[in-house]
Amino acid sequence: MSNHSHDHAVDAHGGHDHHDHEHHDTFWTKYIFSQDHKMISKQFLVTAIAMALVAMFMSLIFRLQLGWPDQKFPFLESIIGDWGKDGRLDPNFYLALVTIHGTIMVFFVLTGGLSGTFSNLLIPLQVGARDMASGFLNMLSYWFFFLSCAVMTASLFVQAGPASAGWTIYPPLSALPQAIPGSGAGMTLWLVSMVFFIASALLGGINYVVTIINLRTKGMSMTRLPLTIWAFFITAILGILSFPVLFAAALLLLFDRSFGTSFFLSDIFINGAPLDYVGGSPILFQHLFWFLGHPEVYIVLLPALGLASEIIATQSRKPIFGYKAMIGSMLVIAFLSFIVWGHHMFITGMNPFLGSVFVFTTLLVAIPSAVKVFNYLATLWKANIVLSPAMLFAIGLVSFFISGGLTGIILGDSALDIQVHDTYFVVAHFHIVMGSSAIFGMFAGIYHWFPRMYGRMMNKRMGYLHFWITFISVYGTFFPMHFVGLSGAPRRYYAYTAYEGFDAAININVLISIFAIVGGLAQLIFVANFFYSMYRGRKASQNPWKSTTIEWTAPVEHLHGNWPGAIPEVHRWPYDYGKPGEDDDFIPQTVPFSQTKKSNLPGEE
Amino acid sequence: MSSQASATTAPEKMWSGGHSPFNMRWGKMYMWIFLISDAFTFSSLIIAYGALRHRFADIWPDPDLVFTHFPFIHAHVPLMYVGLMTFILIMSSVTMVLAVDAGHRLKKAATLKWLGWTIVGGFLFLGSQAWEWYHFIKGSPEGAYVLADGRFARTDYLEPGILFFNDGTRVVGAEAEALKATAVKNIIGANLKENEYGNTPLFGDFFFFITGFHGFHVFSGVVLNIIVFIMVWRGVLERKKDYELVEKVGLYWHFVDLVWVFVFTFFYLV
Repeated sequence: MSNHSHDHAVDAHGGHDHHDHEHHDTFWTKYIFSQDHKMISKQFLVTAIAMALVAMFMSLIFRLQLGWPDQKFPFLESIIGDWGKDGRLDPNFYLALVTIHGTIMVFFVLTGGLSGTFSNLLIPLQVGARDMASGFLNMLSYWFFFLSCAVMTASLFVQAGPASAGWTIYPPLSALPQAIPGSGAGMTLWLVSMVFFIASALLGGINYVVTIINLRTKGMSMTRLPLTIWAFFITAILGILSFPVLFAAALLLLFDRSFGTSFFLSDIFINGAPLDYVGGSPILFQHLFWFLGHPEVYIVLLPALGLASEIIATQSRKPIFGYKAMIGSMLVIAFLSFIVWGHHMFITGMNPFLGSVFVFTTLLVAIPSAVKVFNYLATLWKANIVLSPAMLFAIGLVSFFISGGLTGIILGDSALDIQVHDTYFVVAHFHIVMGSSAIFGMFAGIYHWFPRMYGRMMNKRMGYLHFWITFISVYGTFFPMHFVGLSGAPRRYYAYTAYEGFDAAININVLISIFAIVGGLAQLIFVANFFYSMYRGRKASQNPWKSTTIEWTAPVEHLHGNWPGAIPEVHRWPYDYGKPGEDDDFIPQTVPFSQTKKSNLPGEE
Repeated sequence: MSSQASATTAPEKMWSGGHSPFNMRWGKMYMWIFLISDAFTFSSLIIAYGALRHRFADIWPDPDLVFTHFPFIHAHVPLMYVGLMTFILIMSSVTMVLAVDAGHRLKKAATLKWLGWTIVGGFLFLGSQAWEWYHFIKGSPEGAYVLADGRFARTDYLEPGILFFNDGTRVVGAEAEALKATAVKNIIGANLKENEYGNTPLFGDFFFFITGFHGFHVFSGVVLNIIVFIMVWRGVLERKKDYELVEKVGLYWHFVDLVWVFVFTFFYLV
């Protein structure tokens, strides 16, 4: 279609030189079917922000229900219709809300949105390439992503409701339309959406890896890559190896649902009548799902950690502490992520010995994670910290990574996990360590690279306001959840009023809901800032953060091909901040050692 | 920072920097990585198959007793037909190697010839698979019986009147007829719910799913080969003096063949 409109544009100009490189993009080729990585990155970002708002709004609805289970909210009926009849949330729709909230946040915001935005923006600009290896496949990756977002959104309008079996869609609940209303057409759409999503993730991921390996500029060896690029590289590899397994599981589930196979189903009675499924294993689905599901956690987290590394080093005006240890620990985390999936399944009747193996591998993850935390803290130690909004969010990420990581040690241990499995303790853990960390990384990235994307600065004061309200609300929301969980309250329950034992939890739930609503509203500050700054923000200078990396040498105005002349050559690693002997407190990667005789270390010629 | 080189850089000069560690252009690398990813899809399917087959090891059908047909031969020839299919597919890999080699030497006619044979091999394989599916679905005239006591008994079209049990015992004559008469169910052929080969639907489910998924890959491979064949034929690659495209589809084709070797091993031989 893009070629089509392009051809017309050329034809309209009749005798023009067809070899002219400076042809003008039409609206379609520039904004819609763009093959330019910078535009695709913005498309990913805006789509992800829209999806994030939908998912956040959902969470606010179910937080209302959890905080005030006896109260009526008449406005619900005008928003969600029959699902909010008389101002009471429908219990089945409650399940749909938690399911779709999780799905959108994990896949569409923190996988597609985070990797899609920043891998696309930064990989070509930071390795020194004109564009991604394949602009066309990159465009295809976005459009598959858009399609999967559209299908998932469309599933909200299915009369019986969208998928409701939890974001992990365990069969048999997800496989049998008789089991729950959301397992009808809504679940089919969920699976279709996920197939498109996986196609998008693969097209994008392979492109990232190939670009990083093949299209680095002269002098950009692997050990001169910024840590962002290393993080995107490892993330893409994780996605390439784990999404196909989800693909296989989704296809098998689709067959169980639509064609009557028995891969995941066996011996099921509904209303006393047996169904004709024999021999399948629902546990098999869990194995396949978590073989993706655990690496997925790091697919979400690693890009955020990479962005934070870059921002913390830049705004500390110090080299990152332990550059190679950072790369090594990411590689180790990536490797371990494939052999720990069993810790999601301790209570499935797993052999305790096998369980203890998974405990061991899971606890090993603490070592590289601690290395990373130590490196962040050591970078901040005695630094001339510039507290830009991006820096605050990056430090916030480190905070969540620590506090969420500590509960990870508890959950990784089967003896303890069995006690709190499927309670709010787990919800608290992963919302802090994965959800909030990753979204803070994404915010940090947006504040930091906004000038690179739109040529303007975001408003600083609104950024500070956004950070402090969000930071306090995140702890206010998720920290008390630990105690709800320790008191035994299970996840995904519509109301706890029926159980006397959870009376204490209800009061905590009010507090949690208030923080959640405040935190949710604070995101509107961000959205306003984002769109306002896009058009009215202060014009950005060439290198607003005084960074060393080469994306800041490209002109502020976007060009297809990134640099007007030759691609800059790279002569040093990306973290020469505050080098003793040098007048300026940073030396860009493009400056050769011959020009910095005063500050060269032994071995740097 | 830069010399005043050229806004009019020729397209092939777009990538001015960087030494490629694998000395390979991005397109080929893209295909390699895609294949690694696809290998994970197939591995998870085959591991899922292995796990469930292991669970039903005592009632899982013996492939020697299932895949016994051969066209025009009225006898049991276990695994001969699938052996032939495998041979066809492996030969098509050989012709693909020759096509890639001819491409490297920029020999258009030879590339076309060997690519053509590869496409023929692909169609032969797909046709054979259709024939095998047909017989698998149709089954034998009498099929299998689920007896009143829950036991599962197969029949054989070459030896009518005999009931075969999984533990190797057989029942003949009037006793067999009596069992048949009181049987709960007579299953003929195979579908996704039941099959006459063994008392578990999973045998049919996995057979259809995995060979079907592989067959779909073969089909896409044939389509890709045809597209490249047309491009070679119309001289597109000759003008570029670059036949790497043949090598890229070749990689895919070899991968599909390699996967078949595993499917063949785990479904038919083990």
